[in-house]
Amino acid sequence: MDSVTAQCATAPVVLETAKLDPRFPQTNQTKACYVWYNEMYKCYSQKGQDDEQCKKIKKDVRAICPDEWLESWEEHRANGTWWGKY
Amino acid sequence: MNFFLFFVFLLPIFSLADAPEAWQIGFQDPATPIMQGIIDLHHDIVFFMILVLVFVLWMITRTLYHFHYKRNPIPEKIIHGTAIEIAWTITPSLILVLIAVPSFALLYSLDEVVDPAVTIKAIGHQWYWSYEYSDYSQSDDQSIAFDSYMIPDDDLELGQLRLLEVDNRVVVPANTHLRLIITAADVIHSWAVPSLGAKCDAVPGRLNQIPLFIKREGVFYGQCSELCGANHAFMPIVVEAVSLEDYISWVSNKLEEI
Repeated sequence: MDSVTAQCATAPVVLETAKLDPRFPQTNQTKACYVWYNEMYKCYSQKGQDDEQCKKIKKDVRAICPDEWLESWEEHRANGTWWGKY
Repeated sequence: MNFFLFFVFLLPIFSLADAPEAWQIGFQDPATPIMQGIIDLHHDIVFFMILVLVFVLWMITRTLYHFHYKRNPIPEKIIHGTAIEIAWTITPSLILVLIAVPSFALLYSLDEVVDPAVTIKAIGHQWYWSYEYSDYSQSDDQSIAFDSYMIPDDDLELGQLRLLEVDNRVVVPANTHLRLIITAADVIHSWAVPSLGAKCDAVPGRLNQIPLFIKREGVFYGQCSELCGANHAFMPIVVEAVSLEDYISWVSNKLEEI
């Protein structure tokens, strides 16, 4: 596949990532990942999965949380062993 | 002839070194404002260091000379002097404060993350690094993710650096604010690239964030910097800084693959 078709096949790449959260100004971003993840599910329960704001939070969560962490948390949700409120 | 001379004498001066050299004693060439700051601070401190060193050596030499036992069998001429005590307490403190000011300014600028355009996750494993770019994928739960293994000696091609080259480099845009999230999956590693002034522990269960702003395009070499087991020395890091257009086409190609 040449480069022109390759570019047409996918949506244009937008250089955008999670904004800085003033609640987490430190080097350690572990809590940012966890809190955003919980806020994502809070948003889902209040506004539904298709809400634009929820999608934005999801994008931010995915930007900084390692895929492996998200997978294991989703597994807990699927098994009903998730410890969070939402 | 002039052209030849230019290559022989000037190229080693002007070409930038973003990888270690044999018997190197200085820094690698800086590619980020942070590394530039670190090198400048080093030079500032060495200036004070040489002043102190010369002064102390001068004092020692004078003391040895004047209080030699043959020349001066009874050395106790001054038992106590308040003025000199105050002077040699205050002066070193002032020097330390003078060093501390630029040092703290640099220290706090190191973890100042400027509104980033790209987030890259670096995950340390025994014994390789893996990287995730999760900003771009269209469909759910799919990231651009790849492992970055060292190229073994037998597979090296001419010009590749031994123990430093990897199969999949981290491609990043130059002149763009980047956020690097560093973590590990098994034991503590450390993601370090000297030219970028980056060194950050990769701790399992913790996400460390560092800012990067690479000022020029290039290939930057680094190594794991926290003893992490048998192959600690064989999990290098290679960062390839490219132009924004090249980065976008690289991302598009990677998106094709997943």
